Amino acid sequence: MAGRMVVGSAALVDLVRPASAPDQVGGHRVLPVVPELTGLLPNRGLRRGSTISVAVGQPRRSGGTSLVLALLAEASRAGSWCAVVGVPTFGAGAAAELGIALDRLALVPNPGPEWATVVAALIDGVDVVVTAVPAAVSASVATRLAARARQRGSVLVPYGRWDGADVTLQVVRGVWEGLGPGRGRLRRREVTVSARGRGAAARPKEIKVWLPGDELTRVIPRTVPSTVGRPAVSLAGRPRPVAAVGDRARTGTARPGALTLVDPA
Amino acid sequence: MTGSPVRTLLLWCPDWPVLAAEIVDGVPATGPVAVLHANRVVACSERARAEGVRRGLRKREAQSRCPQLTVVEYDPGRDARAFEPVVAAVEELVAGVEVVRPGACAVAARGPSRYLGGEEAAAERIIEHVAQSCLVESQVGVADGVFAAGLAARAGRVVAPGGTPEFLAGLPVEALARPALADLLRRLGVRTLGDFAALPAGDVLARFGFDGALAHRLAGGRDHRPLAVRQPPADLTVTAEYDEPVDRVDAAAFAARALAEQLHDRLAGHGLACTRLGIEAVTAHGQELHRVWRHDGLLTAAAIADRVRWQLDGWLSGSNGRAGARPARPTAGIIRLRLVPDGVIAQAGLQSGLWGETGEERERAHRALSRVQGILGPEAVVTAVLGGGRSPSDQVRLVPWGDERLPTRPGPPPSGEPAAGRGGGAPPWPGRLPPPAPAVVLSSPLTATVHDAAGEPVVVSARLAVSAAPARLTVGTARPVEIVGWAGPWPVDERWWAPAEARRRARFQVSLADGTALLLAVEAGQWLVEAIYD
Repeated sequence: MAGRMVVGSAALVDLVRPASAPDQVGGHRVLPVVPELTGLLPNRGLRRGSTISVAVGQPRRSGGTSLVLALLAEASRAGSWCAVVGVPTFGAGAAAELGIALDRLALVPNPGPEWATVVAALIDGVDVVVTAVPAAVSASVATRLAARARQRGSVLVPYGRWDGADVTLQVVRGVWEGLGPGRGRLRRREVTVSARGRGAAARPKEIKVWLPGDELTRVIPRTVPSTVGRPAVSLAGRPRPVAAVGDRARTGTARPGALTLVDPA
Repeated sequence: MTGSPVRTLLLWCPDWPVLAAEIVDGVPATGPVAVLHANRVVACSERARAEGVRRGLRKREAQSRCPQLTVVEYDPGRDARAFEPVVAAVEELVAGVEVVRPGACAVAARGPSRYLGGEEAAAERIIEHVAQSCLVESQVGVADGVFAAGLAARAGRVVAPGGTPEFLAGLPVEALARPALADLLRRLGVRTLGDFAALPAGDVLARFGFDGALAHRLAGGRDHRPLAVRQPPADLTVTAEYDEPVDRVDAAAFAARALAEQLHDRLAGHGLACTRLGIEAVTAHGQELHRVWRHDGLLTAAAIADRVRWQLDGWLSGSNGRAGARPARPTAGIIRLRLVPDGVIAQAGLQSGLWGETGEERERAHRALSRVQGILGPEAVVTAVLGGGRSPSDQVRLVPWGDERLPTRPGPPPSGEPAAGRGGGAPPWPGRLPPPAPAVVLSSPLTATVHDAAGEPVVVSARLAVSAAPARLTVGTARPVEIVGWAGPWPVDERWWAPAEARRRARFQVSLADGTALLLAVEAGQWLVEAIYD
């Protein structure tokens, strides 16, 4: 530990906090996300206290829900508590396939008019709060909830239109594979996710991932398109990175080549 | 061996399995009844015995001797359950009861005989008390040692102190309840327990082994085994009576809080915790409300208080807390509140993480979720449990937060992870959808229409022939969307043996031109959108 003993206040910025600051349980300031999505987020994970919104895709049903589940998956697997508010159509099977621990996932399918109170109460105790945004949310309520999340060290993930989020993710395109005219079945989907935001995340990014991936193919074995750099460990159900296309610029992720930066500008 | 056998008083209920069947299942024991185990009679009623039914007979043989015989399957659990009130009745008179087997219990005779004025008087008193409180006929025997007392009870005798060996000497060797040994002894010419006891102990051990040696000791009236006295179960129920009927929810909640603390203290005092809690409320007009709450962890004082409040809240205010079978609003205030702990387990202590973190996060989340339950009602916060089933909505059961997480249908979760707590016995659910699972499962399916390229509606025949390739999908009133890929029909014919629950469907996966993928089903000619692969 001698190497860490740096004298000077600058080195203590991340180690010392004022007594009024939120209690960082366990000291983990960033909740992990699956490796494929780290490139989209400024802290390579879900920073506690931040608001990461997932906008409804264009067209509507092209992978937004799966993206939300994929964001939760790694944090939930690592032991965080999650809550999903206002999603009565929640597909628990898909959540389990992506690796979410269902016993640490609370659902509030119909919060009704008490939506803001419920979300605020959950922010107090749950690490990641996903909420479908009701039609009419005033800017002041949204700001208050985001401030509460910042103060309590929770991650707020609004699903729907939400102004002022730190990062806004959106599914731009989703293309299913495996289903032909009258044969086959849905196997995997190539999803293009774009991210824009404030501060460190101001630069728009876009990546392509498999969401859901094809590692779930068990019933009918078939030749998987060979992808260089795919790890040997089974990552059943996790989003899979699409193989690098051409020689485009690469993002600086832990696994170079795993993600394709479509538009580096 | 030093010391003499304990003077024992044994209460024996004749034909106990038959009586238990009457008490629990309502089979009249006055008629001819036989209890069978593995096709052999293990017990029969007096009437059946008079007709010639004996222990060990085959079912067919017993029925041929007594055609009107009622046959009951042997159930040791039923026997034990029915015997519990009898033991409780005996415990009201004497302390330290050992249940020898369902139908027989033993006590040390010294205390009751001195307290109740002699062994005969004690025996009469116990028989009378059991008959009055449980309506069960019984016999009592007193002798030295449990074995001899059991035989004395069959004869209804009080064997004088020290007279046990003489009493046993006259009995046949079958009384040892070791048929193989008795048979062997008979063929060797040893017919009574007295003859057997007269054999040298060393030779008996050498010839018949340890069990034979034990039987030899019993036959000689040297039964030194002390009574294994049963510990009466602690009464953990807490009750509160209110002189002033409670008719406001906040007052009831306040009362519940005090009661919950009391119950929790009592449980903690015994080193116990409960996982199920029955809450009973009685109104001034005699209406009763009883509900059992389940909990996946251990109920703390605050959790108990919350549950009492929710239940009373729903009842007293008639609020929209719970739908379904909610009883009508009470007509008067509550005068009595009872908390009955159920599913009591030894509290081993809920271990927090070594550095306190895991427990703390869990606590924090539980607090927040309980708070939301307080705002919206207990059933508004749920957690999903995966079970078996063929459609995505069947596989998921939503359990109110804090309840036991049990799936509706047993089965492996669709992700293929090994089902927790179940071995290879999980049903395979053929016909369930292959992964990936849809991320949006509609609780009520949307109606849709599917047309082929020529604009004709696509129909699926009873033999699963699709009339034409689906080309366009219209959901509700939305604009038609072109279908670019489809697969099916995948038939599902569920519960055809129960006409009320039968469902026959053919399922399709379709992907649309706009990138959406759907799970469709055709049921009775109607196309439905069941789930969306969002």
